[in-house]
Amino acid sequence: MEKLPFERPTIQKISAGIPSKHGISRKLEPLSHIDGLSIKSLIDDYGSPLFILSESSIRKTYKEAYRAFSSRYPNVQFAWSYKTNYLNAVCNVFHQEGAWAEVVSGFEYDKAAANGVSGESIIFNGPDKSKEDLRKAIQNSSLIHIDHFDELYEIIHLSREVEERPKVAIRINMDVGVYPKWDRFGFNFENGEAWDALNRIKASKNLDLIGLHTHIGTYMMTTEAYKIAASKLAQLAVSLEKKHGHVIQYIDMGGGFASKNTLRGAYYPGTDTTPSFDDFAEAITSALMSSEIKPDHLPMLILETGRALIDDAGYLAGTVLANKRLSDGRRATIIDTGVNLLFTAFWYEHDIRPIEPISDQMEDTTIYGPLCMNIDVIRGNVMFPLLKKGDHYVVRRVGAYNTTQWMQFINLRPQIVMLDMKGKAHLVRKGETLDTINSQEITPEHLQNFNL
Amino acid sequence: MPNTMPKIRKNIAISESGFVFDPLSGESYSLNPLGLEIIHLIKNGQTYEELSEVLLAKYEVDQETLDRYFYDFIATLKQFNLLEVETDA
Repeated sequence: MEKLPFERPTIQKISAGIPSKHGISRKLEPLSHIDGLSIKSLIDDYGSPLFILSESSIRKTYKEAYRAFSSRYPNVQFAWSYKTNYLNAVCNVFHQEGAWAEVVSGFEYDKAAANGVSGESIIFNGPDKSKEDLRKAIQNSSLIHIDHFDELYEIIHLSREVEERPKVAIRINMDVGVYPKWDRFGFNFENGEAWDALNRIKASKNLDLIGLHTHIGTYMMTTEAYKIAASKLAQLAVSLEKKHGHVIQYIDMGGGFASKNTLRGAYYPGTDTTPSFDDFAEAITSALMSSEIKPDHLPMLILETGRALIDDAGYLAGTVLANKRLSDGRRATIIDTGVNLLFTAFWYEHDIRPIEPISDQMEDTTIYGPLCMNIDVIRGNVMFPLLKKGDHYVVRRVGAYNTTQWMQFINLRPQIVMLDMKGKAHLVRKGETLDTINSQEITPEHLQNFNL
Repeated sequence: MPNTMPKIRKNIAISESGFVFDPLSGESYSLNPLGLEIIHLIKNGQTYEELSEVLLAKYEVDQETLDRYFYDFIATLKQFNLLEVETDA
């Protein structure tokens, strides 16, 4: 007699709560392949855990975003936000698609230059630009977005030493009706500081004022805020033309578009609530097109969206280390990815699922990382199928920020592969070894030996 | 192997379809088919050896896996206060 398939015995409490009228499916479909390649085979070849990036997903998302804006506005330019993911392979996919580079430090500036991005296609943002960084940026004709008056005066000072004329824009913060108000970067619109800064630049004679920049926040779930921001920048552009007869070349709306991840504590999943690129594009372009800017002086529209362009293309696959029960009877599953690798677990209810069909039975589970730290929680509680030790999982939408903000802590950082347009895997960052870490250390002579 | 098999509390009502009602707490529970089968075997007074013999012959499972899930299942029953409280006396 043939044996029956084994399904583990379970007992579940029936909760007589109010049933959700939204009826979100409790079945978690496994995700076994990315771009036609089995996740299991990738883990076998490259180890666990493993970051996996999909080139076709990056290109598809980029094209979708570009189409949303370029079909509504005559002159659109994207600039890839390096801090979101500065793996060279990722940056170069964006550069191949036509995106400039948007950097916020001397290190990122050099990385973009080393990737082959020409100086005039690098936007230099952020509050941290050293004198040498600024000198380099001026000499390379990069677009310097000034953050504060000290930086403005530094550039005016440098402009007397350097032959090239600095190409500058100012970053402007403003009230766009959302909380929290971001006012730590740039010059304020409402209190007149931004207008003051623009007038000082015009008065300096040595600087080329070429643009206006804002970045209103992060993970914006409302498009209305962008509409307000675009209108305010347009007002400044009109005032500049009126007072100085100066036409700016571009308006840079920054980034901050939300991805489809679900924020912690959100009632609805991000896939249902995140505005589309078309929604953001409609808000921004309609505000610019209907502003007082003369039609033949419409500036180039620059976008620095990072997260929304790359999040979907990143996956993190790995292995279950153990299962246990917590003191209150809930299940805990320990996986080999901790918050040191998946930094975004602090912000999101990450979509984590098995890579193989396991069982239709789900149990309220807490998913812990492998770190010997209490804060190492990947999902606080999630209805999850019972994965056994050695089973594999995959976390979706991890392309943004994780491989820039990750930490080498307790464990080494793993390999990263990118799947090309034909689904072939390429190693794009090697996993760390003990040598990687030790090669940076210098142990003083008198501390090199000991007897225990 | 458990030294003594756990006992299900006498006043717990268990239907043929795996619906469980605890009159003491007012809570109800739902068993899956194997959970129900194990509870029946326990109620019939089978030893763990007898229980595993039946299940190993019937299902695609090895002893180690069965042990692990059996203990986990019993721990859950205990958590829900569905087992007789063992006394050392």
